[in-house]
Amino acid sequence: MADAAALQAASLEALREKARVLRKHIITMTTAARSGHPSSSLSAVEILVALYFGGILRHDPERPTWPERDRFILSKGHAAPALYAALAEAGYFPVEELATLRRIGSRLEGHPILGKLPGVEASTGSLGQGLSIGVGHALAGKLDSLPYHVFVMTGDGEVDEGQVWEAALSASKYRLDNLTCIVDHNGYQQTGSTRDVMPLSPLPDKWRAFGWHTLEVDGHDLAAVLSTLAAARAFPGQPVAIIAYTRKGKGVSFVESDYAYHGKALSPEEADRALEELGWK
Amino acid sequence: MEVIAPAARPLGKSTREAFGEALRDLGYARPDVVVVDADLNTSTRTQLFAVAFPDRFYNVGIAESNLVGVASGLAACGKQVWIASFGVFLLANAFDQLRMSVALPRLNVKLVGTHTGITVGEDGPSQMAVEDMALACALAGVRVFVPADEVETRAMVQAAAEIDGPVYIRCGRPPVPVVHESGCVFRPGRATVLREGSDLTLAANGIMVAASLDAAEELARQGLSARVLNLSSVKPIDEDALEQAARETGALVVAEEHLAHGGLGSIVARVLSARYPVPLGFVNLGDTYAESGEPRALVERYGLTAGAIAQAARAVVLRKPT
Repeated sequence: MADAAALQAASLEALREKARVLRKHIITMTTAARSGHPSSSLSAVEILVALYFGGILRHDPERPTWPERDRFILSKGHAAPALYAALAEAGYFPVEELATLRRIGSRLEGHPILGKLPGVEASTGSLGQGLSIGVGHALAGKLDSLPYHVFVMTGDGEVDEGQVWEAALSASKYRLDNLTCIVDHNGYQQTGSTRDVMPLSPLPDKWRAFGWHTLEVDGHDLAAVLSTLAAARAFPGQPVAIIAYTRKGKGVSFVESDYAYHGKALSPEEADRALEELGWK
Repeated sequence: MEVIAPAARPLGKSTREAFGEALRDLGYARPDVVVVDADLNTSTRTQLFAVAFPDRFYNVGIAESNLVGVASGLAACGKQVWIASFGVFLLANAFDQLRMSVALPRLNVKLVGTHTGITVGEDGPSQMAVEDMALACALAGVRVFVPADEVETRAMVQAAAEIDGPVYIRCGRPPVPVVHESGCVFRPGRATVLREGSDLTLAANGIMVAASLDAAEELARQGLSARVLNLSSVKPIDEDALEQAARETGALVVAEEHLAHGGLGSIVARVLSARYPVPLGFVNLGDTYAESGEPRALVERYGLTAGAIAQAARAVVLRKPT
């Protein structure tokens, strides 16, 4: 058992290092592009690391359209830099291509476009739409008796959109236990805190009331994120919502929870400071 | 002036009913076809598919945005997905979802708007899709078809099923006359000449095809020879047939059950101004929403009749260069 614990600690350490790598990519590529949403991307990093590198997603970068693959749909499409960083590190495309983000001719669109880049499962960027698409994938999995699981990540401001709740109702009706919705609850949206712009509390109760088994987790505690995501497959007949409490801009002190950084790339000087904080300089 | 009775044409089924039957038949032929509904299947007639194939039918409730998103996900997993709703709810309520989740990724989702135009009747303008053609045609890469009768509807459903990509089909609520009594071949991008003529062309689709045929009868009695062109494939449009009509007849009247902006008239004007400009006349709903009423009375009140087409035809031929 001691060996298993040591092994687990070592692999957790490797995952934390992967998170540090994704954060470097996010800051570097958005600063190079001079635009993008680094702070919204940084809050999602540990969840993406757990999904793609922590053994949660059954996937194969060599076969991105393998019918039995687990799906990850990034409904908060503005966090594309985080998704692209994870996909590149997982081997879906060369890491060097991250430098082309938002450039003409690049496969790395400002928001993800289905069919453009291997590993992207849906066109998103108009908020509120990814969970419905996830419901469609989950229904197809049931219809074809394929064993895959569908993970969707929404923002917290994103659940202001009514379509999210339309999708939540339908997932519950069809008892989609192959569907998990992760809410990246970083507490901020474009013009302020979610508390001020559109209060969501009690958010877990809302999902429960819609028929979802609802879990809560510290979205930056990798061990907790891993065990919560692993548990998401274990509720027969019910979709699972995971409210992940996160910090917008996580890892960069001067960006954390300063909503003025929403949709703004760091300047080259700020990016240097950020990379220094993350131990890259 | 002699009172002219409309040409006798057998009343057929509504195009929505023909669509429902054709979709059910498609379900037998193709196991990859699934249908998603936003709780209007008894009206859109996808109920016929639902009864035959309950395992391939999903009712997501009164939620058009989710309807389109769910269809998108199913299509991304390899299904041919058909969704139907009242045209106005599908195109106007869920337009952004259609744009993001269907048009942009060019997924294999077939969209069917029923209850289009003013012949919805008594339910009134909130239920009448009169701008759906403008919206559907604005979606990049989406093909747009409008059947004139039950025969063409069945051919159109078959043709749409053969296309790997998004299609919008515009159906109507009330029974309509059969104009393709001896069958019909529908080909995307191809118009059909239903009646030959040399003095002008009446270009139409949907319910305005039968009205155009009636107008051509009336015009013939008045000494004008009108060609009738069925533009059931609106996108892609048959540019060659339009140019040929312009060259050979020298003037066109475009008739549609739609607002003036962004419909068939706009499209024909765009094509012909580039290919072969000739005088054009337009019969449509202008820039006004209609009202509740009996469909036949509404058609008279809002000028979507054979008489209105004939009047526009007589005016447009006067503008032909001598």
